[in-house]
Amino acid sequence: MIDGARRDHARFRQIIRGKIKQDLKKHITHTEMFGRKGKDVVSIPMPQIDIPRFRFGSNQGGVGQGDGNPGDPVGGQPGDDGQPGQGQEAGNQAGDHGLEVEFTLQELAEILGEELSLPKIEPRGAKTLKSKVDRYTSIASQGPHSLRHFKRTIKQAIQRQISTGTYDPDRPVIIPEKKDFRFRSWKSDVQQENSAVIIYMMDVSGSMGDEQKDIVRTEAFWINTWLRSQYKGVETRYIIHDATAKEVDEDTFFRTRESGGTLISSAYKLCEKIIEKDYPPSDWNIYPFHFSDGDNWSSEDTKLCIDLLKSSLLRKCNVFCYGQVDSRYGSGQFYKDLSEVFGKDDDSVILSRIENKEAVLGSIKDFLGKGK
Amino acid sequence: MKSTALPLELAKIRDDIEGYAHQAGLDFFDVIFEMVPSDAINALAAQEGFPVRYPHWRFGMNYDQYSKGYEWGLQKIYEMVINTNPSYAYLMSSNSYVDQKTVMAHVYGHVDFFKNNIWFSKTNRKMLDAMANHAVRIRTYMDDYGQDTVENFIDICLSLDNLIDPSLPFSPEKKREVQGADETPRHLEVGKIKVDRSYMDTFINPPEFLAEQRKKAEDQSRQDKKFPDRPERDVMLFLLSFAPLETWQQEVLRMIRDEAYYFVPQMQTKIMNEGWASYWHSEIMTKKALTASEIIDFADHHAGILQMSPGRLNPYKIGIELFRDIEDRWNRGKFGKEYDQCEDFREKLYWNKNLGLGREKIFEVRKVCNDVTFIDQYLTPEFVDRYQLYTYEYNRRTGQHEIVDREFKSVKEKLLSQLTNQGQPNISVVDGNFNNRSELLLSHKHLGFDLDLKYARETMRSIFLIWKRPVHIQTTLEGRTRLYTYNEKHEFVAQD
Repeated sequence: MIDGARRDHARFRQIIRGKIKQDLKKHITHTEMFGRKGKDVVSIPMPQIDIPRFRFGSNQGGVGQGDGNPGDPVGGQPGDDGQPGQGQEAGNQAGDHGLEVEFTLQELAEILGEELSLPKIEPRGAKTLKSKVDRYTSIASQGPHSLRHFKRTIKQAIQRQISTGTYDPDRPVIIPEKKDFRFRSWKSDVQQENSAVIIYMMDVSGSMGDEQKDIVRTEAFWINTWLRSQYKGVETRYIIHDATAKEVDEDTFFRTRESGGTLISSAYKLCEKIIEKDYPPSDWNIYPFHFSDGDNWSSEDTKLCIDLLKSSLLRKCNVFCYGQVDSRYGSGQFYKDLSEVFGKDDDSVILSRIENKEAVLGSIKDFLGKGK
Repeated sequence: MKSTALPLELAKIRDDIEGYAHQAGLDFFDVIFEMVPSDAINALAAQEGFPVRYPHWRFGMNYDQYSKGYEWGLQKIYEMVINTNPSYAYLMSSNSYVDQKTVMAHVYGHVDFFKNNIWFSKTNRKMLDAMANHAVRIRTYMDDYGQDTVENFIDICLSLDNLIDPSLPFSPEKKREVQGADETPRHLEVGKIKVDRSYMDTFINPPEFLAEQRKKAEDQSRQDKKFPDRPERDVMLFLLSFAPLETWQQEVLRMIRDEAYYFVPQMQTKIMNEGWASYWHSEIMTKKALTASEIIDFADHHAGILQMSPGRLNPYKIGIELFRDIEDRWNRGKFGKEYDQCEDFREKLYWNKNLGLGREKIFEVRKVCNDVTFIDQYLTPEFVDRYQLYTYEYNRRTGQHEIVDREFKSVKEKLLSQLTNQGQPNISVVDGNFNNRSELLLSHKHLGFDLDLKYARETMRSIFLIWKRPVHIQTTLEGRTRLYTYNEKHEFVAQD
């Protein structure tokens, strides 16, 4: 009976997965609705799916019980008939609650990948990351009793009895002693993996408002989700900049608001420094993402940025991504400048313009669709 | 699979409880108790109590919700019992013994009810096998036609599974099985003017005249002949008989309909069934089975089961209290003309003729009533007063449900209208050849509650997908009679 329910449960999840894919745009832009459950699981709220039947409208009144005078509001939830506890017809009372479905980040990445037909990334660089996988393939003489290995224990006991001459073939009673016990135990496998780092840079000058930051946050969530599905170990670093740049943690990255001017080159310089210090390009897949509203202090600084990209940054990265989040104050000049230089043919730089929240899906496809 | 038989100690307890139940006069099928872990209980509950069901996502959704509810400590299914002969009941292995005892006593109450209540008398007691057979057939169809195709069609059928006729199992004159369309045209010898002399016939009734008359008569009879000849409550049966379905689709629809009929009596007697079972677990536990050390736990759990929350009626509570009220009234003779006509409040309150008919009366009630007649006959003004029942309505202005009054008459009326037709809208097929274009006309008999239009639209779509011609429904919405149509362009439109 459990098998039946499990089979149906898998089917149900498959249907839910289909629904999420159908409405991917909606779900993608509402990552703030996702609940985080532990490290690798998110829960996504969805409207209840149910079988439509003729039924009465919900605002029809009824009979209740308790204190109160005519005109007083009714406490509780009338019409909500999810009486928990007992019942021989338990299945008939699903109630009107929304669904909350859990997905691992891996599953989310799969859905994203399938829907946007994202290509698998061909990693570069040597497999330097060592990851340890524990498998229960070994036997130990110490261990918890829940992992007791009966066969091996008995075998050990027989061996001991035969060697000490206490084994009687006519009356083969085998009683394991403490030192006979054997337990399942693990062996560590070391695997070599490709490693990757994502370096986020964001303009936090006054013109980047909450709406813009929200877009960046959503983009970052999906970029992380996708790249983590492609690489075993993914590190993330965060740089904020106005006229100067500094490295911060994730939380600060999305919260900080400065009022200074904007020198993009400062961020690029810091980014280069971080790569030089921690991430030798021969061992690492490097993904710098830069988000701004397209304003820069001067065209000289823009020129400096382009030089930095051309002379060193691009050679070290898998791909350099620039996302321009449109805002009321931003001129969008930086996007134009970059696209003049790097154009469409240059696939070491990916440029994307994000007009509003709805455009996030398209921009994710821009960034990740090249398979780099 | 692990054995689900009861451990020795519980088997002994079971024997005791069964003995007490017999002594008390309960009359039940054999009950087979199985001891299962919580996830199996959740799985069984998800499948409406049956261990084998056809593959369908909704069982998976139920399972998802039950197991989460259990994990998060929001709900726990104590017991489940299936109406079959012998009856199967499941005990959750993690429950304490006092809970198991209570559940056993409760289960014997249910099974007595299943066996003796008249509304259960027509149900298939071999439903376990029937469900398993349905599962096999549907799996075969899935192999033949594809899981998606079959599952989508099941969804469509389920969407109609409340459009059946609860009185049908009790009306032998109604055709129970699928009817074939009666297509043989009647031989028409109409419109002929009577002629005494046969040689005059061709002059008085020339062929053109006859043909004309015959045509008139045919038109007339087509208008007269209603199809179906009287409104058909069993919409599923009507579709099964006349909708253009493939054989496998017919079979699926038939199986879903059979399963729907099986669950009807349980919906008709929710209050009584739970009330009766609670009454008996309380009797057996407090008078026989409890040990001193178990009393606190029992009282705690019993109170939990009967707990009322504001704005919601607990069928367990209403049921048990109404049975106790009836027992008390018949013990003291508080019924009949003399009592009803007595106007002295004090005298009525202390009325006692020591008749001792209570037990006998409640056994009779459990035999002949369903929830509607139970409330109709035995709800008293004193009861409404004692348990603080009220009616509420939705206030459009404040957006809240608000208490309207505590009058006995209106509480009873509201309660009855909620229970009528198991709380489902009363909908029949009126015309299978509406507008003479083989469109389907349904009619909603409005009994105080409006239909939910959003759901109506989706349900109409399901019917359209089966009937394959436009479907209409006549209903009353906010006091106006309206006709809604689901047409071939998949639009749902209102016509006034």
